[in-house]
This record gives sequence, structure tokens and C-alpha cells, in this order.
Amino acid sequence: MIALYHPGRSLLHRAPALLKLALLAASVTVVALPREPWQLAVAAGITIVLFLVAAVPVRLAARGVAPVLWLLLVAVPLNAWFSGWESAAVMAGRVITAVALAALFTITTTVTAVLGAMTTLLRPFPFIDADRVGLMMALTIRAVPLLAAIVGSVIEARKARGLERSLRAIAVPVIVRSLQTADELGEALIARGVDD
Amino acid sequence: MPEIRFEAVGHRFGDDRVLSDISLTLTEARVGIVGANGSGKSTLARMINGLVSPTTGRVGVDGLDVKRDGREVRRRVGFVFTNPDNQIVMPTVREDVAFSLRRMRLPSEVAAARVDAALDRFGLTTLADRAAHTLSGGQKQLLSLAAVLVAEPAIVVADEPTTLLDARNARVVGEHLSSLDQQIVVVTHQLDLVEEFDRVIVIDAGRVVADDSAAGALAWYRAALT
Repeated sequence: MIALYHPGRSLLHRAPALLKLALLAASVTVVALPREPWQLAVAAGITIVLFLVAAVPVRLAARGVAPVLWLLLVAVPLNAWFSGWESAAVMAGRVITAVALAALFTITTTVTAVLGAMTTLLRPFPFIDADRVGLMMALTIRAVPLLAAIVGSVIEARKARGLERSLRAIAVPVIVRSLQTADELGEALIARGVDD
Repeated sequence: MPEIRFEAVGHRFGDDRVLSDISLTLTEARVGIVGANGSGKSTLARMINGLVSPTTGRVGVDGLDVKRDGREVRRRVGFVFTNPDNQIVMPTVREDVAFSLRRMRLPSEVAAARVDAALDRFGLTTLADRAAHTLSGGQKQLLSLAAVLVAEPAIVVADEPTTLLDARNARVVGEHLSSLDQQIVVVTHQLDLVEEFDRVIVIDAGRVVADDSAAGALAWYRAALT
């Protein structure tokens, strides 16, 4: 989600996130229904047209779908073994199309827009602080590169000290620095008036 | 210029006395705070924004009590941290600048115009849609400044804003800080950053040991270091 967003001015980029979320849910449900390969080919064709409308670079589209291919490497042969190759191909087509649609949503929607949509969805529930949940989600997303940077620098330091095999040499500094970072991030949030 | 007032301020962390009996009134446009590591200068700066409350005494900003009127004080005082990574909240540059306007609930077109202006001012327009964590250290610190300035605070407090930067980026950030219309309070070890300031305060072991024009205070500090 952090790295996939691709800025643009297409119809898909400009559409409200809540509408896109609803359409995504509906289209993924529809993609799960076809039993014939030609029906799935139509759904896949529409998905490709949507990628073209959003002017998504091929490399980025491939990055959005790639993670699921590892799963299919195992799932397709298993499905073919039990139900035949045609069924396996339909299953693979369904999964790839659904993941591509989800990736298209991520590629054309900013995190702020997604959080705004989630906040709107949660607002009718008076016992949930929608803004706080939105902020929590933003911080969760933000924590990924922060933690990756901490782990990366700790691994480097561990290597430099010749402690490659020590689990403690990675666990302790990562935990301590993560807590320190969380503390500092909390301070920054207060300074930016988040809790006011 | 706004007025920042410390009245007999003291602070303790457990048994450690960090600040003792500090009384200062800051009305100058450019104020520098220098001192050794652990001298208490960052604690002093953090009090202006209400991040740290004094154990004894009172800190006021334009007549507001920082402890009692924290919300109003934080609207007036922007804070720039040493490590910009810990100040960035949102995934992209534009979103992080816009995040500062969240509490103001501005109409979206007004907020967007202010974000664009802030990005332009700090040369971040071309990076607006980049993932913030992929920026260089200097760019991240400029993003931190943009995120603070977009909220149009009356005072900007910066705690060692150039410590993690190379010489070139430190100069760029320093120039941006010096060009601000706001009252600025900068805590730093890099003495050249505050050489042109109106007033420099030297803190040592939690006490003010020199308080003068930049030339006077820095000459005192340099002599004390040798």
C-alpha cells in the first residue's frame, strides 16, 4: 500500500474511495461466480481495460499481482490433481483477476483517501472513535518502513561486530529501538496536535 | 513577536535535576539555545510546546499557560524534531503535510492550496507523491519543516534540526529556518547555525550560564569549551 500508489488524473484516480471500495467488493464477488473459462476471460478483459484507463505502468501492475503467483504455484497443481486442469485454470484466473482488481484499487487510491473512506464507514457506530481508528491504521502503515529500517541497521551493526549468529544481538536492539521510535512518534503526534 | 516566558522553571527526571530555576523572557525573532549533551537544552525547548511540563515554575506563551492551555499553545507553536523519520506520520509527502491541517477541518480546496504552497516553498513539489520514507535525510527534514509551517504557527521550535544532516543539507535547512517570518527557537550544537541570531542562551547542567547577543554568548561558549 505504501509503495504501490501511482499518482494520476484518470477517472479511476478521481473516483471517491468509498465508491471504489464498494465496486471492488461487488466485482470481486462477481469474479468468484464464473464457471466457464470464456466468462472469466470477459472479466479479465474488463480488468485489463480498467488498468489501461488508469494508465498503470505494466511493471507496477505486475508488482501488484506477483505476490499471489507464489500461492498459485502450489494451489494450481493441487487443484489440477483433484479436479482437472480446466478447473485449476478457472480457479487461477479468478484469483489473479480478483487480486488485480484489488491492486488497481491500491494503485489508484491514496492512503489518506482509504483512511477517509474507512472513517466514513465507521462513523455511524457511536462507540467507535472513527478518527482514532483511521489514525491507528495510518500509523500501522507508517510503522512498516520504520521497522524495516531499524531491522536493516541492526543487522548491519550485528555483522560489523561479527555477531551474525546471535539471535539476541538482533532481538534486543530491535525491540529497544522500536519502543524508542514509538515513543518519539508519539511525541511528534502530540506536537502536531493530534490528541488535542 | 510572540512572548515565551519561563518563570522559575525547574524539572526533574526521577532523582535527576535537569533544569533549575530558569527565568527567561524570549521576545526576539531568532533565539538560539546551545550547550553540551545532557545540559537540559532540549528539555527547555520541549517545554515551549508542552511536550514536557515543568516540575516547578511556569512556562507561558503569549500569556497562555503551556500546561493548562496545551491545545491552544500547540496551535501557536510548531516543533521540528532532530530525527525527521520520527515526525513523519503519513506514507506520502503530500499526505504528511496535509496531516498537519487535519485538526483545523479546513475546506478541502483551502487545505489543498495550503499544502501546495508549503510543498513549493520547500522545493518538495516534484516529490509530493513520493513515499516519504524513500526521501533523503535532508529532504525528510524539509518535509518536517513544511509539515510544521503549513499549520502557520506563530513560533517554530527546532530541536537540533541539522544534527543528522550532511553539511550541504544542514546549510539548506538552516537557510530555510532563518528565512521564516515566525519567531524561531533553535537548539543546536552547530554554532554557525545561530551565529546571526538575535539572542543566544547557553545552558550548562540545567542552568543558564550565558545569555547575550549571538556574538557575545558564542564567544563565551567557545572560550568555555577550550
